[in-house]
Amino acid sequence: MNKIGQISLVCLILSTNVFALDTELHGFVDARAGTRTQNDPHEDDRSLTESRLQLDSLTYIGQYTVQARADFVYDDLATKRNKVDLENGDGFVDLRELNVLFTPIDIVDMKVGRQILTWGTGDLLFINDLFPKDWNSFLLGRDEEYLKAPSDAIFASLFPAIGTIDIAYTPRMDADRYVDGRRISYWNGTGLVGQNAVVDADRQDEWFQDHEIAVRFYRPLLSYEAALYAYHGFWKSPTGFDTSTGNAYFPLLNAYGGSIKGSLGKAIVNTEAGYYDSREDRSGTDPFVPNSELRVLAGYQREVAKNTTAAMQYYAEWMMDYDGYKSGVPSGTARDEVRHVLTLRLTKMMMNQNLILGLFTFYSPSDNDAYFRPNVTYKLDDHWQLTANGNLFIGEDKHTFFGQFERDSNINLGVRYSF
Amino acid sequence: MNTKLLTIALTTLTVSTFAELSVDEIVNKANQAAYYAGQDGRAEVEMNIIDKDGGTRTRKFALLRMNTDGGNQKFYVYFKEPADLYKQVFLVWKNVEGNDSRWMWLPALNLKREIAPGDKRTSFVGSDFVYEDVSGRNLNEDTHELVETTDTQYVIKNTPKNPGDVEFSYYTVKIDKDTFLPRQAEYYDKNGKLYRTVEATKTETIQGFPTVTESVVKDLKTGGSTINKFSNIEYNIGLKENIFTERFLRRPPREVTR
Repeated sequence: MNKIGQISLVCLILSTNVFALDTELHGFVDARAGTRTQNDPHEDDRSLTESRLQLDSLTYIGQYTVQARADFVYDDLATKRNKVDLENGDGFVDLRELNVLFTPIDIVDMKVGRQILTWGTGDLLFINDLFPKDWNSFLLGRDEEYLKAPSDAIFASLFPAIGTIDIAYTPRMDADRYVDGRRISYWNGTGLVGQNAVVDADRQDEWFQDHEIAVRFYRPLLSYEAALYAYHGFWKSPTGFDTSTGNAYFPLLNAYGGSIKGSLGKAIVNTEAGYYDSREDRSGTDPFVPNSELRVLAGYQREVAKNTTAAMQYYAEWMMDYDGYKSGVPSGTARDEVRHVLTLRLTKMMMNQNLILGLFTFYSPSDNDAYFRPNVTYKLDDHWQLTANGNLFIGEDKHTFFGQFERDSNINLGVRYSF
Repeated sequence: MNTKLLTIALTTLTVSTFAELSVDEIVNKANQAAYYAGQDGRAEVEMNIIDKDGGTRTRKFALLRMNTDGGNQKFYVYFKEPADLYKQVFLVWKNVEGNDSRWMWLPALNLKREIAPGDKRTSFVGSDFVYEDVSGRNLNEDTHELVETTDTQYVIKNTPKNPGDVEFSYYTVKIDKDTFLPRQAEYYDKNGKLYRTVEATKTETIQGFPTVTESVVKDLKTGGSTINKFSNIEYNIGLKENIFTERFLRRPPREVTR
């Protein structure tokens, strides 16, 4: 059966469930339109023109809970509208979740199937969370929930007395929905490119061979929550270049880290660190594979006035074997050995929490670039919601992390009906 | 044991049983009756938030509560409506001695987000109830004064010890003598003007515990009001404390989903 057939079957099962089983069905219809704030020679002026229906069903069958959640999308800017690809979310269906949750024995919970996975302590900064992200959705201004792309995984949680152990096993690698040039222009090492240089990376797609294993152990530590993490898999975006095929690919990666989070007086504080072991280039001499890195962050969040919260973070990526890297990139385009980023999130709720104003700012003093994410949400009633947001990039150079997206800056408007 | 001491102790006990209760005893009993009934409990809540023009927003959630050591409590709030809050969980570890710990579970992101300890007089999910109405205002925050005793009620005046922390100058609470349930609270602003009332409009005795089954808060300044209706109330259901952990944010327990 082809994929469309499978989807139809899922929908059919979903709709039959509503009548036959103990099922809850919810969802929303969401329409969004956005435009670039400046001309980009390699991309469409429109950044978003799409509408989607999300159906979210929860079915209780004895001790099992089955969740199915899918988006049915009309994206006017998509080039492959009818070709459904459930891995990268192309086409008119994006299957977000299809999983079964159960407790095989008292101290174990299992969730098997397509699911959204998240852990770590950063706010829009991820160190030990190496689950797939959808950077296109994030940068184009879809709802923040779309930053997380689904994983096809077995997720097991064990609850021994000493703490909690989570194990996520992804039998076939789930990559990020990375910036590939189709919708967002980017720096390709020598210049800014977009639709003229779409990246179609080679996927490592052997089941049970090109797999990912992510483990977390966490437990209370005094009044804090402490966690340890380990990951065995791949760089999530195609940062490697295979000289034999001339194509981008996902190099092997291990990561190890830890975090602590909790309240300190009137604030929430957190810190997290992770070491990225780039397994294919441990010496840092291969210019086609990213070097190993140490990544750290620290965050501080508190209510600064009634209904107003401020959250700050400091984040750094420290590249190992920097000299090896520097000699492999065109002069003048090398990043610093340590990339520093500061973030500030401001949130203000007004009118009985029906109007929410937000501004998230990334600023990198080492790259001399910044990314502003203003957001206004107004809930008209229990169903209707209006949203306006922006993704604004500025940078001194074209090759830096946020600076490369300057011409992708966009603003957009959305309306949503939830049911 | 010294018989003299025992006699004194017994006499004191007898005297206090028959004497009028002290104001501290009254507020303590009222606090127990309003927020601590049973060892644990559950309820379904329907909250209607009505603006001055009659426009209504509805929240429906299931609530679990458990009393823990030292007067502390844990709350699990599972939202069913409106749709944009569906399946979100608000988890609270109430800490009488310090700041409460609070988390939101956002299922679409699979994310547990800790909420900074905040002003407890901010609105609870956009309603006219404030956070403190739901979890209980710490008795040590106010000085209490018994201003009136009627045939059926005690009237207590509560004045904040730190007036700068709150928007009221004082509030009065009428407490039923027989059940010790607070029936009506009236809040007065810095100019001494009544601006807010919270009233227990329906009560019932459930498993021997006097219980508020409907309460109404009115904001006299905005003209808005919120009605809370409680149903399917049960006490002493034998909750385990681990319900109030991340495990059960990821897997909401039957006690709230059913």
